[in-house]
Amino acid sequence: MTAPASTNGGAPQPSETAVTISVDGSDVSVPEGGTILDACKAAGIDTPTICYADNLTPVNVCRVCVVEVEGNRTLVPSCSRPAEEGMVVSTDSDRVRHSRKMVLEFLGSDVDLSEADEITQWGEHYGADPSRYVTEADSSIAARAPQEVKVQDNLYIRDYDKCVLCYKCVEACGDDAQHTFAIAVAGRGSDATISTEFDVTLPDSACVYCGNCVAVCPTNALQFKSEFDLRAAGDWRPEDQTVTTTICSYCGVGCNLELHVQDNEIVKCTSPDDHSVTMGNLCIKGRFGYQYVNSRK
Amino acid sequence: MSDLFISEEAATAEEVAAVDAVIPEADSVLIIESERLVRGGQARRNERRHLLLPALHALQHEIGWISPGGSNHIAYRLQVPPAEVFGVASFYELFRTDDPGHTQSVTHICVDPACRIAGATALAEATEAAGGKVHASPCLGQCERAPAVFIQGRGEPDAVPADTEHPSAPIHQDPDDLQLLTRIGRYDPTSLDDYRGIGGYAMLAKAIEMGPDAVIAAVTDSGLSGRGGAAFPTGIKWRGVADQTGRPKHVIANCDESEPGTFKDRILMEHDPFAVVEALTIAGLTTGAENGWLYIRGEYPLATERINGAIDAARAAGLLGDDVAGSGKRFDIDVRRGAGAYICGEETALFASIEGYRGEPRNKPPFPTTHGLFSEPTAINNPETLINVLPILEHGADAYRGKGTDRSPGTKLYCLSGNVAQPGLYEFAFGTTLGEALADAGGVTGNLHAILMGGAAGSFVGPDAMDLPLTLEDTREAGTTLGSGVIMVFNDTVDMTDVVVRITEFFRNESCGQCVPCRVGTVRQHEVMVELSEKGTLAAERSQLIDDMALAMGDASICGLGHTASGAVQSAINLGLIGGSS
Repeated sequence: MTAPASTNGGAPQPSETAVTISVDGSDVSVPEGGTILDACKAAGIDTPTICYADNLTPVNVCRVCVVEVEGNRTLVPSCSRPAEEGMVVSTDSDRVRHSRKMVLEFLGSDVDLSEADEITQWGEHYGADPSRYVTEADSSIAARAPQEVKVQDNLYIRDYDKCVLCYKCVEACGDDAQHTFAIAVAGRGSDATISTEFDVTLPDSACVYCGNCVAVCPTNALQFKSEFDLRAAGDWRPEDQTVTTTICSYCGVGCNLELHVQDNEIVKCTSPDDHSVTMGNLCIKGRFGYQYVNSRK
Repeated sequence: MSDLFISEEAATAEEVAAVDAVIPEADSVLIIESERLVRGGQARRNERRHLLLPALHALQHEIGWISPGGSNHIAYRLQVPPAEVFGVASFYELFRTDDPGHTQSVTHICVDPACRIAGATALAEATEAAGGKVHASPCLGQCERAPAVFIQGRGEPDAVPADTEHPSAPIHQDPDDLQLLTRIGRYDPTSLDDYRGIGGYAMLAKAIEMGPDAVIAAVTDSGLSGRGGAAFPTGIKWRGVADQTGRPKHVIANCDESEPGTFKDRILMEHDPFAVVEALTIAGLTTGAENGWLYIRGEYPLATERINGAIDAARAAGLLGDDVAGSGKRFDIDVRRGAGAYICGEETALFASIEGYRGEPRNKPPFPTTHGLFSEPTAINNPETLINVLPILEHGADAYRGKGTDRSPGTKLYCLSGNVAQPGLYEFAFGTTLGEALADAGGVTGNLHAILMGGAAGSFVGPDAMDLPLTLEDTREAGTTLGSGVIMVFNDTVDMTDVVVRITEFFRNESCGQCVPCRVGTVRQHEVMVELSEKGTLAAERSQLIDDMALAMGDASICGLGHTASGAVQSAINLGLIGGSS
């Protein structure tokens, strides 16, 4: 978890372990060990992130959060680089804007971002134009062949045409939350993909259906089957949904549940990332064990 | 505690035997709850995971692929999740995760520039027509004897046919004039006694006598810098590791040279293996590291054999082990074979590879001197850098600085290939001009058109660069690089567009896929080059796109692969080697 940050505009940071850096010309203090991203947040600077999440270890692979740090030859990922006393950071230089735009363009040219609103909005912000990558070259060298959506059970689906390879699901399945290790990155380069061993189906894999991978997916590549079916029927209406927070009744742990309700039926179940018990994670019962509520019998 | 869920595919007896041969019995506890649920523990998993790569090699060699049953057995023995075994296996070119459907050895034929212009395509066709199984390979590190072939053995050891056809090193200079290549050809590389007969292991004794601080001072004063391309000062690196206390430490010889056009470390390992082992031992004793690792690319069977022989002989003679040469210090070396991944030459990717993870680079900082292999302090150098320590200790830093220039002291190895009369390995003092280097290699065959400096990650220079002094500072100023010492020559009969397209394809294939700028950028760059080769010219917006991609890959990628993936393209356009704007 990232430590809370404070700006020098607020109360002075009395801790000996605070470090002060310059972000776009203003001094910002963060506790030692805090990242440049923490400092940006403290300074009120909105930073695009894709592979970063508060409840996961930064893998800094998407590179959309890069910033310019004086004295560094290349740009650095703000999500994982610790702030060091005296650092001079630019978050909106030509170089930063260019790389952020290019990352968003690259993804737009390679991945179906139709259900990744935040990423496409950042793309518009930075003027990304994925259309300029359409070449007249031989199509056999195209980056990725379209894949069929993997529908292997009634709980969630995997649509890897929408996958930006942010590693979040792998982390949530592995060391950062569930310790199940049902999925990993397989293949190399542009052929890399998220996969079970030998691409076996989820029911044949180690998957325990906690759904924590679905919860962290930024592009809807992983999607609850309930949402997938409603979308297929043209009836997925987030604007008509309400969210009710409650506590899971299956055991005594006390996980917070957010029940997303559309037309008086629960359509998905999440947990707040900042909840002290769950950190956004649930088990199969909390995540999927709500069907009885919807039962009309 | 973590539990593994292993599918029902069982390993055959031969798969079990092959894997078990490289995985020693564990002394920790396994709780077998059911056939499919085994509790082993996270600590156990991390402890033994570095055996994953050797286990995969054993399985691939035995049955020609990584089968689900064999993979399950590896997962079970090492307590590595099956999905992660698959993730690692599918990362490497030398492992295949689908049934090949045949039992033949596979002939890898290099399709990179030097081999391309030496008839690799025709050789591949002929091999296939004769019933061979051919795999188009990136550079195999035999550019001096192009086209290069590597046989991935099935039921027979891996082999390089040219190793028996050309048993002596491709060195054409007088050894008396050289300080790095001076031993080559002067002793039997399989005999420790022979090596000692020409003064071998005297520098280890001297290093022990001098003590770590004096050795580091000499290396620092010599101005020696890393010869892999990044030119980091070796003395600073060693000091950094020597100063770390309280944790296990490592020194690694990075013998994964895969930069197209580079074969110097292969020659050193094949023909002077004891010097590499001696120098690595000096590095270990000097930095206080007890663990030495030698990571050799998988396509170098002879180098692997010779290095293993040298290590065994050194260990038997007490030059490795619990009391190295009477110093009272412990140091030993493990050898690891790569499995076909250019990216694993990147130091942090190499750590991940040894540790049994996918060869994906890590962000720096933290740097290897504090967080290297197993997140422990690590000094990593390539063989060329390491053996420079021998003349530094023998003659002193001042004498060493007597060659080369003030800012680039000493000598450097160069791999000359392509259209030169005498391709091979050359040693020149820094400051030798490019023209002099070419003349020493017998000159250009045909009319000189372009030279690729530093390999695929380097850049092209034109015929007007003959007076360029080969130093770190002069090449940098000229906008090019020495890189790993590649000088690949092209005459005016070579289709340079084809060469550049292939270089972009190389980066596309070798990107690890981790970060977006490199994973997608290398693909888009390749596509634009293919488009160029089909149309003959680049529209203005395409030129702009190439520049835009180059800037983002150079600025935002995690590691050097992405940072350098556009250098050759940019220089080829600037020199007019490939179609200009329409």
